[in-house]
Amino acid sequence: MEISVTVNGETRTGDVEPRTLLVYWLRDDLRLTGTNVGCDTSSCGACTIHVNGESVKSCTMLAVQADGEDIGTIEGLAPSEDELHPMQEAFRQNHGLQCGYCTPGMVMAAVSLLEENANPTEREVRLGLEGNLCRCTGYHNIVKSVLACAAGETST
Amino acid sequence: MIPAAFDYVRAGSASEAIALLGEHGDEAKLLAGGHSLLPMMKLRLAVPSVVVDIGRVTDLSYINDGGDHIAIGALTRHRALETSDLLAAECPLLGHVAGEVGDPQVRHRGTLGGSLAHSDPASDLPAAVLALGGTLVAQGPGGSREIAASDFFTGYFESALADDEMLTEIRVPKAPGDGWNYQKFNRRAQDWAIVGAAAVTVNGGTNVALVNMGSVPIRASATEAALASGASAAEAAEQAAEGTDAPTDLNATPDYRNHLARVLTRRALEAAGVS
Repeated sequence: MEISVTVNGETRTGDVEPRTLLVYWLRDDLRLTGTNVGCDTSSCGACTIHVNGESVKSCTMLAVQADGEDIGTIEGLAPSEDELHPMQEAFRQNHGLQCGYCTPGMVMAAVSLLEENANPTEREVRLGLEGNLCRCTGYHNIVKSVLACAAGETST
Repeated sequence: MIPAAFDYVRAGSASEAIALLGEHGDEAKLLAGGHSLLPMMKLRLAVPSVVVDIGRVTDLSYINDGGDHIAIGALTRHRALETSDLLAAECPLLGHVAGEVGDPQVRHRGTLGGSLAHSDPASDLPAAVLALGGTLVAQGPGGSREIAASDFFTGYFESALADDEMLTEIRVPKAPGDGWNYQKFNRRAQDWAIVGAAAVTVNGGTNVALVNMGSVPIRASATEAALASGASAAEAAEQAAEGTDAPTDLNATPDYRNHLARVLTRRALEAAGVS
């Protein structure tokens, strides 16, 4: 089936089998491999992207469901080649990652979280990231990063 | 994991979806938010040959004041319920329970009608609608009919919907104020409830519905009857497991679930202000 999707601001088209999951279209066809596949069962959140600005697990959405929608991936977050998005910068400055596998999903979930709640408490951040697992268990600095970004404490 | 191959059809309206269901019979499944159906398709627990995508039927996404009740479009997403000022004011139990489903990513996609039609006894929202004594509106080729929530859940992942019917609206009575509570017991964030209990005072009575205490979401009718005849919350909660048929799995034995049902019902009743 032919689909046309806005991905990181650009119109991308493809011919996909209906059963193709969005994450595999992004990774295998568009080569946007920043979005990781972790559990593949909508538990871990590594594949979190934005659909019309809201966090969604792209392993649990068909590519055909994205037809006509506005998709954002980690590759589209930074404003330029030499500048990070404030959330990415906050993760860098606060050591919000260890192995890095969960990081793209964490960052995308965190950006969506602040869109909905610009000034969250620590508890709200923890609850807001409950759909994202870090197998390094590095949650402390992840939460710290999100709070720092919300407080505008990151210099970019 | 990739689902087995299927034909994909997108419906532009409820009538179109119903016509497609009529054409394909029980080979077809409706796809709303997809957060219950797609995981089951990946596991081959569901293998529809036709998937009818109703995700674009946006006129079924609304939360309206219906006078004595709130009318909710079947394709209203959990996130919309969770953040609805109207629900917060007039039916806070439902808005709160929607915010307890899964995680934010799931709530951005999942829909109320999808969750109810999926009829998973371990889901949060079916028990909330059951506790409220809601009414579900199903549309089929011959028109619409109303189904009481108490008649809707007929078995494990089975509902009263015919193969060519779809949910279009869910109506819940207004139940404003603080007389409600939802207790969800699980061991990990984002998990399904091992047991859950929803208590709400509505139209002068107190209702309790239980999550994951049988093949369907179930009202704690012995507890409700005890409350109606003047028992205290603690006394009534002792009967919460009566008439249930708790499942066994790696999380819990039936005995443990019965215990949880009693404890969670007591907590829910007390938090709802029933003494």
